Amino acid sequence: MAKRTAPEINAGSMADIAFLLLIFFLVTTTMDIDTGITRKLPPPIDNPDENIDVKDRNVLKILVNSHDMLLVDGKPGSISTLKDKVIDFMGIHPNNDQYPEIKEVEVEELGGKIILASKGVVSLKNDRGTSYDMYIRVQNELARAFNEMKDDASVQYYGVKYTQLVDQAKVKVINKLVPVRVSEAEPENIGGGN
Amino acid sequence: MSRFKSKKGKDSPVINTSSLPDIIFMLLFFFMVTTVMREVTVMVKQNMPSASEVQKLERKSLVSYIYIGTPKESKLGTNARIQLNDVFANIEDVPLFVAREREARDEADRKLITTSLKVDGETKMGVVTDVKQELRKSNALKINYSTKKVNAGELK
Repeated sequence: MAKRTAPEINAGSMADIAFLLLIFFLVTTTMDIDTGITRKLPPPIDNPDENIDVKDRNVLKILVNSHDMLLVDGKPGSISTLKDKVIDFMGIHPNNDQYPEIKEVEVEELGGKIILASKGVVSLKNDRGTSYDMYIRVQNELARAFNEMKDDASVQYYGVKYTQLVDQAKVKVINKLVPVRVSEAEPENIGGGN
Repeated sequence: MSRFKSKKGKDSPVINTSSLPDIIFMLLFFFMVTTVMREVTVMVKQNMPSASEVQKLERKSLVSYIYIGTPKESKLGTNARIQLNDVFANIEDVPLFVAREREARDEADRKLITTSLKVDGETKMGVVTDVKQELRKSNALKINYSTKKVNAGELK
């Protein structure tokens, strides 16, 4: 018997099969990158009646009511000035009663340098009727304020902006120098909205 | 001249398509690697607010999603509802959802789970606060408010 050659397989439809698979994956999958503001919730408290005493001058109170209006430190405020207000509040103002107390932090990573840090805390309280849009805008302004302060500190000590720091150790130092001190008050129904 | 004329009567040459499947397979693998399967059908309106100071959510396998917003179908009412996986849920269902999400992950990864809150911009904070309180109680403390990214100057 003569030696037969194996018949050639027609691969013309291979492309069609691959196209079919490709289209299936295009339809069923998503490529959007999720972005958002990351926050850490405080751990649950055991006894809600126990209040932690923080001196009044150390707290910047931000209230948002059900009409999306702001009250910053007892005075009506606006979203456009919030960032500067927070930066001003968290800044170092020696011998000034209007601003938070100052503590000294020894940073080993910077050769045991002693750096002044504010004891200030930003307290955010919103009503149940506040719109989520407004809440995110306030959170965003707060994040902007802290990021700007981190940038300043980073430029001061390392000469580059915070976002351009590559060394994780340096990022840690800056995070230690400028902690994001935003506290969210226990929710309360102050505005009557739901 | 005659050299050019001699070709006139011939058929156009056949293009070799044998490498076409390879190209398509390459595209296919690219999409398979860069994308994730759509797991749930979102049944609530999702018009996210914009923010400039956003971070990327890394390691999508460690993210669990909670959707909040008014239902897309108007017959289901105009109140903001919570959607967990593929169903509408009540606030009491959140701890169970968190527990299930934990069960589904490796033990080592459990404390790295981020809960992404995908909340419609028009929602009132009441629902969101309730969900946050439930998450606190169930010790799911890492959260992410999902937002669209815009530049700081473009914010209203």
